[in-house]
Amino acid sequence: MSALALAPVGRRLRALARAELTLLGRNRGAVVTALLMPLALPFSVRPAVDRIDLKAQGLSIGTVTLTAAVGFSFLFAVYTALVSAYVARREELVLKRLRTGELDDVEILTGTALPAVCIGLAQAVVLSVGCAVLLDAGTPRAPYLTVLGMLSGLVLCAALGALTASFTRTVESAQVTAMPLVLVSMMGSGIAIPTEVLPHRLGSVCELLPLSPAIRLVRGGWTGQLSAYEALGAVTTALAWTVLAVFAVRRWFRWEPRR
Amino acid sequence: MDTNEHEHVIEVTDLRRVYGGGFEAVRGITFSVGRGEIFALLGTNGAGKTSTVELLEGLARPAGGRVRVLGHDPYEERTAVRPRVGVMLQEGGFPSELTVAETARMWAGCVSGARPEQEALALVGLTEKAGVRVKQLSGGERRRLDLSLALLGEPEVLFLDEPTTGLDAEGRRDTWELVRALRDGGTTVLLTTHYLEEAEGLADRIAILHDGRIAAAGTPAEVTAGRPSRISFRLPDGYLLGDLPPLGELGVCGHEVDGEVVRLRTRELQRAATGLLVWAEEARVELRGLDVRSASLEETFLGIAREQGVAV
Repeated sequence: MSALALAPVGRRLRALARAELTLLGRNRGAVVTALLMPLALPFSVRPAVDRIDLKAQGLSIGTVTLTAAVGFSFLFAVYTALVSAYVARREELVLKRLRTGELDDVEILTGTALPAVCIGLAQAVVLSVGCAVLLDAGTPRAPYLTVLGMLSGLVLCAALGALTASFTRTVESAQVTAMPLVLVSMMGSGIAIPTEVLPHRLGSVCELLPLSPAIRLVRGGWTGQLSAYEALGAVTTALAWTVLAVFAVRRWFRWEPRR
Repeated sequence: MDTNEHEHVIEVTDLRRVYGGGFEAVRGITFSVGRGEIFALLGTNGAGKTSTVELLEGLARPAGGRVRVLGHDPYEERTAVRPRVGVMLQEGGFPSELTVAETARMWAGCVSGARPEQEALALVGLTEKAGVRVKQLSGGERRRLDLSLALLGEPEVLFLDEPTTGLDAEGRRDTWELVRALRDGGTTVLLTTHYLEEAEGLADRIAILHDGRIAAAGTPAEVTAGRPSRISFRLPDGYLLGDLPPLGELGVCGHEVDGEVVRLRTRELQRAATGLLVWAEEARVELRGLDVRSASLEETFLGIAREQGVAV
């Protein structure tokens, strides 16, 4: 029964994702943002990172650049890209039209997100491998934590992208509405600056930001410095944010333009 | 399979729709559509046509009343209804950067039992445009694309919201022919339109919506029955209205004089026209611009708008 029921769902998701991928490929701005930002930005934070005593925190240039790269992939390939995609589809009444068909709401949102999420994942993996090889980040000590961090980060970015799109009226204003989470995450979630070097109290508050647990898990999985207790805390926080974001999307997502 | 399904494919009872701001767009309407019937909701802009159709499509939950499509609630039981219906929204709904073929392929992937995309595009004459981006299509071509996608799943019930708006005369005729052919094949069609000739020529039954209520419903003949017919002509030079035979004796129930143009309303068209023509023959005058027409949907429609306007 479940396999029978899932077959058409898979077919529908594939059809939607394929169209969405084609659209992404035709949007030069989105391609540049999604592919180049995560490549370029980790190096732009390099000078700042160089002034930090990483050794004292058990970090290295390799692991810091790696988490920065993964974090920027989350933010630009997934989150920012999806805010624009959801808004564009809503304003062209594509979402409304899809809702008249057989797809349910979750399928529509998932199918639209699939290409961005897959690109984000592929990018995170490629950049991680690159950092490991080129910057001597080594191999992850606890790979399951890194994988868990990547997956939770991707899912949360997709959900937050849909949520941000609900409050965004036009594709142009998506640049602005996506900015707060991008900046807060860069500064506070350990993407541009490792949370380990922040003042203690500030650091513990920043650990509660939406993308902090995912970044912590990715980095902790690589360095092997996360205790079971800390890992559990990060997973719980990630889960809480995901539940919250999914709830908020169900409650507030706008399927049609405001008229 | 439900037994009453063959009687009423669409059943609407005391349906209401209220928008967030408190605006009541649909104010208690009741109608039903039988299998293989073309039913038109006719009304001016803002009459509540789209608001009604969206409830039938299951896009929103009614504020009151009941909708059944193929025996199911289209909002609560969408999985039972959606595979069997086809929908064409009032506008848009396709990414502008996809080509016609890519759009059709995407939809085909989302429809169970879809017919081949090429076949659906051929139905509306869009085969030639397969490689063209949606944003480069004309308004009429976009309507036809929308229609072809609504037909992909070979639906039992078709909801068409203003299917011919933006189409030229030829495109409109082609669409009518296609809709008739679908009806003859057993498809039930509910369409909205503000073109009177579309409702009159295409629909088996119509309902005239005004201010969220049904002002008149039935076959086009039933709806126009009881409405007066019209005779209009120019008064011959040197003649006044009083020179005509007494209007009451001609069976005329109302008249207007606009300069030298006279408009008469009558429920006995033959008697009034004969009387008028016999008079003209005997007086040896020509009635220029003579126009004799029986009650039309247009007359009915404008009459309803006028009466309701006065009532408001």
